[in-house]
Amino acid sequence: MATMNTVQALNLALQEEMERDKDVIVLGEDVGKDGGVFRVTEGLYDRFGAERVVDTPLAETGIVGAAIGMAAYGLKPVVEIQFMGFIYSAIDQIFSHAARIRARSRGKYGCSLVIRAPYGGGVKALEHHSESTEALFCHMPGVKVVVPSSPRIAKGLLISAIRDPDPVLFLEPTRLYRLVKEDVPEIDYTVPLGKARIVQEGKDVTVIAWGSMLQRTMKSIEGMNVELIDLMTLSPFDEETVLQSVKKTGRVVIVHEAPSMCGLGAELSATIAEHAMLHLKAPILRVTAYDVVLPLPKLEDYYLPNTARIRKAIETVMQY
Amino acid sequence: MPERIVETVQVKHLRILDKKGNADPALAPPLSDEELKRMYEILVLSRTFDQRALNLQREGRLGTYPSFLGQEASQVGSAFAAEKSDWLFPTFRESGVYVAMGCPLHLLFQYWGGDERGMRMPDNLNVFPLSIPVGTQITHAVGVAMAIKYRKDRAAALAYFGDGGSSRGDFHEGLNMAGVFKLPVVFLCQNNQWAISMPRDRQTAAQTIAQKAWAYGFEGIQVDGNDVFAVYKATRDALMKAKGGGGPTLIECFTYRVADHTTSDDASRYRTKEELEIWKARDPILRLRMFMEKKSLWSDAYQKDVETRSKAVVDEAQKKAEAIALPDPRDMFTYTYNGLSQRQSRQLKDF
Repeated sequence: MATMNTVQALNLALQEEMERDKDVIVLGEDVGKDGGVFRVTEGLYDRFGAERVVDTPLAETGIVGAAIGMAAYGLKPVVEIQFMGFIYSAIDQIFSHAARIRARSRGKYGCSLVIRAPYGGGVKALEHHSESTEALFCHMPGVKVVVPSSPRIAKGLLISAIRDPDPVLFLEPTRLYRLVKEDVPEIDYTVPLGKARIVQEGKDVTVIAWGSMLQRTMKSIEGMNVELIDLMTLSPFDEETVLQSVKKTGRVVIVHEAPSMCGLGAELSATIAEHAMLHLKAPILRVTAYDVVLPLPKLEDYYLPNTARIRKAIETVMQY
Repeated sequence: MPERIVETVQVKHLRILDKKGNADPALAPPLSDEELKRMYEILVLSRTFDQRALNLQREGRLGTYPSFLGQEASQVGSAFAAEKSDWLFPTFRESGVYVAMGCPLHLLFQYWGGDERGMRMPDNLNVFPLSIPVGTQITHAVGVAMAIKYRKDRAAALAYFGDGGSSRGDFHEGLNMAGVFKLPVVFLCQNNQWAISMPRDRQTAAQTIAQKAWAYGFEGIQVDGNDVFAVYKATRDALMKAKGGGGPTLIECFTYRVADHTTSDDASRYRTKEELEIWKARDPILRLRMFMEKKSLWSDAYQKDVETRSKAVVDEAQKKAEAIALPDPRDMFTYTYNGLSQRQSRQLKDF
């Protein structure tokens, strides 16, 4: 057991998996000698060599497209996209091919591919460096979307993602890279995909969050009897855990840093309404970013959900 | 300081068989009589399949179908040069490649009839399911070439695309990466002059597509795409070079889409009859036939026999495809993920 931040935990996960399985290959822009812009791949180049830690040309479509080919051949590529805001040119490859190659080939080819990308705001970055567009990818059948919320969870989820036979978009909350430290086991453990985690049990209200909003929510609910769920896998998400909790508490608040329109909160709300409506004592509330273009750092704090907004939503549903 | 030349590019055009079926003896590939006949029979079979698919579409028994009429030499010649260990990446217009690689024809009828199961290639066939979004498969071939190189396997990837595909970013990113990593991959562009209604000169102002290779640090060649020998030789040489560590090659097959873009298209809206007639006269199958006739490998009786056998194969494939029962509707849940999600399980339960 060692205390480490999320960057170190992810780095350890990559090291362990590359050591365990020669088919695991890391590729992306600046992942080699430079160790990645956030240093998540630091040291891998020296340890595993240029053949397994591949510095690529600056070409997101090409990187993801090539990784799809590598996966079809039987390798397990782990792609790094430098920021989620730069992934859009690769969406054609992700949606048109990574998500469909298993179905198109009726199982002859899979796509065991991980695409890692720093994600989310709160680090005073340039335009395009704070995106939280996970819902785009959750809409696409065939892709899995995973967001860790702490170092220990990050390591276990990344190992599961690498071992998963399907394409996984692994979104790493930039804000959490170095914010939180935690004891991380150095033994082989995994956090399964498709399962949510009850961070704390409670009776009055279910709060669902993920990524850096999970950390922010934890700080917002002191003194409240909240059941807090870390969704971890956003797609396909763990409906059972969510519905079970809602049936117990009868109240729901969903917190995410993406805008509300067609955000994952909408899907969670609809699922809860469809399957647990009669258990609800209050309307489902969402605490989200505003439906505006993501502002530059000067206004970022006003854009992202904060403790006051999260508390207010919980207090509102408690009034019913 | 005077300016100096830092790079020059010379693009070659390769033709081995002329329009009358005379082969350049210095360049003709060393194919045995048996191999020549096999090549010819596959050309005829591929066209027989293509024409049947068109007919079945008109009868409402297949969905939209893109014919490759006129491009048989480019498709069969290139596939003929590939080994079983090579990986091929066809587009929607490459039925000829599937035929030449030995894909059971009933699968193609099944697929174009709207049944995904037709794209499940036999295990020993490294031919990828066809790609419909133009040019997007180029990078997959590059990735397979990266994997081949990593595993030190003796194989190469062969990516198919057209003149339209060469305009896309995928082409640039794929060829660029292949050049940077000197990968075992061959890029085969069938420049068939038309991307639906857009002529070749709307895709690029460059004189050739082949010359683009030099911008990525490797060689390109333009070949007469209606000359099966030229296509075969260029592809074979490029695959050998790739497997020997010599890196990628871009081959531009200069050919023509004699057919409409698909059965939903009417090419007479945008191109002239005169142009079509010129290209029809350059029939690639006829050219090999004239060559074989000069070598006494072709006769009327042989032609009749080849046609009869092709028709029998296609009849049989059609019969087999049409006899296949509809897939179980639950089948659509099977291959989205490796297993079922909670939601899919619930949907399946309520199905």
